[in-house]
Amino acid sequence: MSNPDLTTRLEAAVTAALEAIAAATTVAELQAAKTAHNGQGSELASLNGSLRDLAPELRKEAGTAIGQARGRVGQAIDARTGELAVAEEQARLQAETVDVTALATRQRPGSRHPLTMLMDEMADIFTGMGWEVAEGPELEHEWYNFDALNVDPDHPARGESDTFYVEPASKHLVLRTQTSPVQVRSLLTRDLPVYVVAPGRTYRTDEIDATHLPVFTQIEGLAVDEGITMAHLRGTLEHLARQMFGEEARIRLRPNHFPFTEPSAEMDVWHPGMRGGPRWVEWGGCGMVHPNVLRSAGVDPDRYSGFAFGMGIERTLQFRYQLDDMRDMIEGDVRFSEQFGMVI
Amino acid sequence: MRAPMSWLAEHVDVPAGTTGDDVHAALVRVGLEEEALHGGDVTGPLVVGRVLSFEAEEHKNGKTIRWVQVDVGEAEPRGIVCGAGNFLVDDLVVVSLPGAVLPGGFEISARKTYGHVSDGMIASERELGLGDDHDGILRLNAKGYEATPGDDALALLGLDDVAVEVNVTPDRGYVLSIRGMARELALSTGWAFRDPAAIQAGEGTGFPVTIADDAPIRGVVGCGRFVARAVRGIDATRATPRWMQQRLTLAGMRPISLAVDITNYVMLELGQPIHGYDLDLLQGGITVRRATAGETIVTLDDVTRTLSHEDLLICDDMGPVGLAGVMGGNRTEMSERTTDVLVEAAWFHGVSIARTARRHRLWSEASKRFERGVDPALQAVAAQRVVDLLVELAGGTADPLGTSVGDVPAQPSIAFAPQDASRVTGADYSDDETRDALVRIGATVDAGEGTTWRVTPPTWRPDITERVDLVEEAARVVGYDRIPSVLPSPPSGSGLTRPQRLRRNVANALAASGLTEVLVAPFQAEADARRVGAEPVRLTNPLDERRPFLRTSLVPGLVETAQRNAGRGLTDLALFEIGAIFRVEGDHGTDAVPVGAARPDADVLATLDALPTQPRHVGALLLGARVAKQPGQAREAYGVADAIDVARRVARTLGLAVDVRQAQRDWLHPGRTAEVLLGETVVGVAGELLPSLAADADLPRQVAVVELDLDALVASARVSLDTAVIGATPAATQDLSVVVDAAVPAGDVLAAVREGAGDLLEHVALVDDFRGGDLDGAKSLTFALRFRDAERTLTAAQATEAKLAGLALATERTGATLRD
Repeated sequence: MSNPDLTTRLEAAVTAALEAIAAATTVAELQAAKTAHNGQGSELASLNGSLRDLAPELRKEAGTAIGQARGRVGQAIDARTGELAVAEEQARLQAETVDVTALATRQRPGSRHPLTMLMDEMADIFTGMGWEVAEGPELEHEWYNFDALNVDPDHPARGESDTFYVEPASKHLVLRTQTSPVQVRSLLTRDLPVYVVAPGRTYRTDEIDATHLPVFTQIEGLAVDEGITMAHLRGTLEHLARQMFGEEARIRLRPNHFPFTEPSAEMDVWHPGMRGGPRWVEWGGCGMVHPNVLRSAGVDPDRYSGFAFGMGIERTLQFRYQLDDMRDMIEGDVRFSEQFGMVI
Repeated sequence: MRAPMSWLAEHVDVPAGTTGDDVHAALVRVGLEEEALHGGDVTGPLVVGRVLSFEAEEHKNGKTIRWVQVDVGEAEPRGIVCGAGNFLVDDLVVVSLPGAVLPGGFEISARKTYGHVSDGMIASERELGLGDDHDGILRLNAKGYEATPGDDALALLGLDDVAVEVNVTPDRGYVLSIRGMARELALSTGWAFRDPAAIQAGEGTGFPVTIADDAPIRGVVGCGRFVARAVRGIDATRATPRWMQQRLTLAGMRPISLAVDITNYVMLELGQPIHGYDLDLLQGGITVRRATAGETIVTLDDVTRTLSHEDLLICDDMGPVGLAGVMGGNRTEMSERTTDVLVEAAWFHGVSIARTARRHRLWSEASKRFERGVDPALQAVAAQRVVDLLVELAGGTADPLGTSVGDVPAQPSIAFAPQDASRVTGADYSDDETRDALVRIGATVDAGEGTTWRVTPPTWRPDITERVDLVEEAARVVGYDRIPSVLPSPPSGSGLTRPQRLRRNVANALAASGLTEVLVAPFQAEADARRVGAEPVRLTNPLDERRPFLRTSLVPGLVETAQRNAGRGLTDLALFEIGAIFRVEGDHGTDAVPVGAARPDADVLATLDALPTQPRHVGALLLGARVAKQPGQAREAYGVADAIDVARRVARTLGLAVDVRQAQRDWLHPGRTAEVLLGETVVGVAGELLPSLAADADLPRQVAVVELDLDALVASARVSLDTAVIGATPAATQDLSVVVDAAVPAGDVLAAVREGAGDLLEHVALVDDFRGGDLDGAKSLTFALRFRDAERTLTAAQATEAKLAGLALATERTGATLRD
């Protein structure tokens, strides 16, 4: 076999191989072209095999030519492989397209109850000032709920038309009508000074309507220290109001009467975000802790003074979110809580 | 308390143009609560008219109307259409002319009706807001009014007066009077005040009154003062003057008869309840005593009342003639035939009266005032005022007969340092301001020589007993607005306690994982309260007799909430609640309540703290679809697995891992109930509700529930942790398939494998539970195991060795064998 013959056959084989490679449109076709044009039994393989028949002086040159030819084919295969892989990946991605607006949701949306979130929020405002959160039992001894709070033994609030009693009634247990028993428990169990808030559930024998619930929640605040004045009460309430209702919020105190405070006040908050325009809203009761309450807890009223306040969480939620009917808050209809989600 | 403005203005110099709203605002500033305005909702022109003539006309709608010509004091009569038929020619009527507005915002205009232009309206009492009478129009002449056509009917009928109503706090009984309200108004505004009680009181003698309270309540004799005065020869048939009727009506009381109206009028004016007896019907003298249990009296309202030994009675020689301070008896009631009257003005102990009123559910105007405390210096004055009015209006003669028993108690004085007011309030009240405020409330201030004053509160202020009470008076008079705003400086705090923080984390974790928090009232029916086996707490006075118990479990409330939601078409639900449950464990309560204002000793405090157990629980209910059917997504229903998942999530939030074991509860599905274990302790239960209970609540069969003792879990929350070395060496994973009796819990096999495989086993999970085929009565469990040695790369042989050690222990404990 002459060199010109070899050269011709090599060129033909390479041309055929390159054509087949270029024509391959899938990895499988490319593999087939590779086998056919560069594999065992291919023209290039058989040319390579024919080298041993050549005269030694021709063998080197021919080997180089064949090697170069196989190299060109191999490069073409590699290049084509890369091209096809990209194309195939693109096609696959295309095929994997989904309608993202029609996808299944895997997890339900959950919600906290706005009342508990509001209690948390208010508690956080106080812990931010260095106060602590105190707790007490909902089923209380009458002494904590009334006597220790300077409520007269004959006070009408003790009647069965206001307070839930537990059988046997002779044992004097009540469902607490206010969070104030926690005041006394805090003073009895903590070292002075005491700065605590007590959020929690309270009970009164009210029939349910849009603004009354027999089971409701309150937050109570108590500060007992040396030199505490009503100015501190106003300052604390104003801080709370600004945190909750914005910088323009203010507090107004109106004289009132509660057995457990003297002087006592009704507090109104100037609510800048009120629907229908800013206005004063009744928020709760407050005052200076009555000396008899301090005495009930063994605190000397000549040395220590304190203020206390309490407000309804339902009421706060009601005017903050313009909720007309409190009953929505306790019926447990999930749509009510879901409006709030995890944020208050 | 409702006070007509005209009445207040008799005792306070109210500037012209002052409105009811102004008065309300002033009273609110000194601590009264605004309630409502009454009257003032009729605005003119409202005039007196005389009926000149009328023609009855029958109309097609079957209605007969009258076309009336009315003289309203103008040159020409007005023609008015009237639907009423109760009047005659020459009757005086009330005509609202075009432009008038009647109660309810009803504007009068000239309008065409029944073929005429009606130039105004002839009004009924109800249309004027004067009463309920709507049987016809108001005939002024029939009611005794004298007027001429064109007179202003607003003034004639008292419709130009307005009553302000305030809510009076229980410490200030004296404000339940014109006297008290006028004083408060003057206090707030600085307008001049004239005390209606500043009249000279006479005294009667010779009427025997004995106070014989042999069982004083809380150490106070029930009747401290008893003043009686006689008036003879009254004409009880005379009409009550219109001005008095109008004031009584506006104040909220119904005019009854002259003598009764006078006693009510004086009560409203001064705050002293008065009782009038028909003197001829009284037998002998009066004794004030406690009733004997079971004794009866027929009160003015003709109700026979069976009395308690605590009830205070007014008796004559024949027996009870009045339930003291609450209501008189009917035997000596004044009537049209009464000529001689005995006027009673007494001071009764508030607690005694309050108990009687409550006991008999009889809250009268009198009891309301006694309960809050009546001025003990007022009796003679009030009696005198009644006598004067009976003489003036009823034609009677004051009689010397009467009595005055008991003394006006001396008011104890209070030591008061003027700077106390500023010390408590933090405001800069001057000494003069403070003194002036105290004087204006009626106190006597003896400034003396030193720095401390002696302040004697007025007789009508039994609530003022301490220094701080005087501070409040000074503060409310000078004004709370003067109190500055100062933030206190508490010691640095430590934020929420760990349990508080952890509980909040649990709530947030549950909400973040798709559950909705609910708050359920804790009242339960007996069947629910007893279901979990605890001894429930029962209420004495439940709101709903069907639910007298406090909850022992959160589950029934969650079921009920689910039922309500399902009833509203919300059928896929994941609810949770964190709240207290109540259980009786041992003794609780005390037979006596210690007094207030003193710290009980430790033993007593311990008994006060012996309460029913009230642990906080967390409960969840899962119902319907966990994942709803959607494109490419089959519906996945909630089941017991989800309930257990909630338990694990709660535990995980607290740094804990809980185990479960098969269990039984008679309210849960017998085959789908798990006890939740923290170590060896049962901390809760998870499962599916017994289908019959689900059906009772109209819920589908499969309702998953879980309830955990959150307090117990929080108390055990992980506090420290031995952290492991996180090895970077490669893991070796192997599967292990075993065959075991179908009744053996997979958890037992898994636990044995884990324990047997030892430290090299990093993780194990049950990945398959296969039954059927040739596995007769057995099951095949497949576990995926991941081994790792933190120090070096594991060989397959080492991993296999560990796996087989696990298998060996599983075989030993559960009979599990390697599946071929």
